[in-house]
Amino acid sequence: MSIEHRDDTGARFGMWLFLYTEVILFSGLFILYAMALAKYPAEFSDASHKLNIYFGSINTLVLLTSSLTIALAVSAIQMGRIKQTLILCWITIALALVFLINKYFEWSAEISHGIYPGSEQLAEMGPGITTFFNLYYFTAGLHGLHVFIGGTLIGVVAVMTAKGKVTSDRYTLLENSALYWHLVDLVWIFLFPLYYLLYH
Amino acid sequence: MSESTTYTGFWQESPRPGILGWLLSTDHKRIGIMYLTCIISLFIVGAILGLAIRLELIAPGETIMGAQTYNATFTVHGIIMIFMFLIPSIPAAFGNLLLPIQIGARDVSFPKLNLLSWYCYIVGAILAIIAIFSGGGAPDTGWTFYVPFSTQTTTNVNLAAFAAFMLGFSSILTGINFVTTIHRLRCEGMTWGRLPLFVWTLYATAWIQVLATPMIGITLVLVILERVFGAGLFDAARGGDPILFQHLFWIYSHPAVYIMILPGMGVISEIIPTFARKPLFGYWAMAFSSLGIAFAGSLVWAHHMYASGMSDFAVLIFSFLTFIVAIPSAIKVFNWISTLYKGSIEMAPPMLYALAFIFNFAIGGLGGLALGAAASDIHLHDTYFVVGHFHYVMFGGGGFALFAAMHYWLPKFTGRMYNHKVAVIGWALLFVGFNVTYMTMQAVGVAGMPRRYYDYLPEFTTLNQVATAGSWVMGLGLLIMFVNLWRGMCSGRRVGKNPWGATTLEWEVPSPPPLENFGEEDPVVTKGPYNFKGVVADEY
Repeated sequence: MSIEHRDDTGARFGMWLFLYTEVILFSGLFILYAMALAKYPAEFSDASHKLNIYFGSINTLVLLTSSLTIALAVSAIQMGRIKQTLILCWITIALALVFLINKYFEWSAEISHGIYPGSEQLAEMGPGITTFFNLYYFTAGLHGLHVFIGGTLIGVVAVMTAKGKVTSDRYTLLENSALYWHLVDLVWIFLFPLYYLLYH
Repeated sequence: MSESTTYTGFWQESPRPGILGWLLSTDHKRIGIMYLTCIISLFIVGAILGLAIRLELIAPGETIMGAQTYNATFTVHGIIMIFMFLIPSIPAAFGNLLLPIQIGARDVSFPKLNLLSWYCYIVGAILAIIAIFSGGGAPDTGWTFYVPFSTQTTTNVNLAAFAAFMLGFSSILTGINFVTTIHRLRCEGMTWGRLPLFVWTLYATAWIQVLATPMIGITLVLVILERVFGAGLFDAARGGDPILFQHLFWIYSHPAVYIMILPGMGVISEIIPTFARKPLFGYWAMAFSSLGIAFAGSLVWAHHMYASGMSDFAVLIFSFLTFIVAIPSAIKVFNWISTLYKGSIEMAPPMLYALAFIFNFAIGGLGGLALGAAASDIHLHDTYFVVGHFHYVMFGGGGFALFAAMHYWLPKFTGRMYNHKVAVIGWALLFVGFNVTYMTMQAVGVAGMPRRYYDYLPEFTTLNQVATAGSWVMGLGLLIMFVNLWRGMCSGRRVGKNPWGATTLEWEVPSPPPLENFGEEDPVVTKGPYNFKGVVADEY
């Protein structure tokens, strides 16, 4: 009944607008971070030392690699290499899972030390360190949620690619998912130094 | 009218029969009608709560409800009227109905996303209603969810905040859709300079929806997280900052008032030329003043916080920026009046609402300057003057613009005309009742009556009684208006394509418009939107 209407440029345009809203969503937390850092520079540095830099570094490497694999997947679909596209998508999802599992162990360790929002041990460390960890958990938590959503999205697109609904001349869906994934990566690129690499 | 008398346009044409044809429809007109139905239903609920608030204030002391119920009543009134009525009212309902037709498109860019935004709206509305009747009782924080109270009250703030988050998501999706649609789907010949002004205001509004709404999203999420974990991000004793909450909240919520008023200005810009039979005065000034309001309006949020604790310098800056917003707003008012000058004015019901809009908006706008100036704001802050002021712009502006739009465009979308005489009676009662209520509120506010209390000092009794009496006149006007529109839409006289003799594209398609709006061939535009030469109204 309805006339088929297709506008790939429009779809990309819409995706960029959506990514913009994501940036604003995170920016609220970055504003809080900036204000708190200005207020408690020394405490933030101390708190940053309590984080395990190995977990953070490995996760940075994992996410950067996954951004590479999804970008390669977009190139592969453009050249019509379906099998290669699928492999690259699954690698991306596997890396997303590695990121989340890593995060799970990192958070478990911290929580077992009594460091989590609202804990009494954290409150005893003073307002600066409390604020640092509150923001750390909320920002990384929101980011983790985005990793989960992005991974799911890529999984759905991979299934659609396997079924032939995403093809070499109809790949905007994969391209937009990749854009989303790059945003998830980009947010982490800012989170990592702000939380793990603070020194006096 | 060339169509047969049984012609019903998009009301009958659908890939699916019955109710699913609506609930699963991606047709922008059906989605617009669904939005309008929900919005008006919730408005009626909100209006009844408003009448209850006024009734409580008819005498000092407890009249019909106690303090806690009163707090919950004005909170729910605010949440419904802001998040569920005003923000989606014109953009989601009439924007959906009109935007694609006015730019010569068959639908919006992302029809499925459009339907999803309606579902987000419905889920948000249902959650908000559940929040009233479940958990620790209806939220009592005011619609602003200010900390520290919102993180401490035992009422059902979590669910209400999440509901507002969902409504915000719906608003973002609509905004993304409209910006993309206006960029990508204008028909041949529909240059930016030929866009109807309503489209320009929707464009400016959609940008605010995209730019600002995520900020309220994260703010509400943080309130919920605070309540769940007790982390203390907004608690000064634990290193947080309650003022930061207010900043984050108003970074969205001040631009949000332009989401509520800008599309209304677009409606007025359509109606005034039609009933003055003259092209709109200053097309580009109108288009750019919309963008100017959207831009400048995004930089003035802290004028809500003069009394919260800010440096004098910050107060000065935000006060200055607030006055800047008055410039594009005044450009609009002057251009409407210039359009009327030497026009051949016809006082049809939509025109009466449009003129009432200009009157109310001018009063509300000037009151805004009294609040934007730091010195007078310290006196007026948190008094009934503020309540009177924002009802002048929000209800007298945004609300009246929605009623104007309903009187102007509903005949287009139902193919039937309402009774004009009854419409004028409803309008007159609404207009008089409105001004009696809110002008009195401004007066009692200047006299020093604070807002948000269910009780007041005896010296304010007379003015409060006047305001309450005004609210009854207003309620009667609303009742007459809705009944008249409803009867007209169901059984009024049939109208042709162009009952008002208007010039934008929607008046060139049948009433009601068919599925996909245009026949086999896409329209081609060769002239500007307000060229009245040779355009005559259809008889009905």
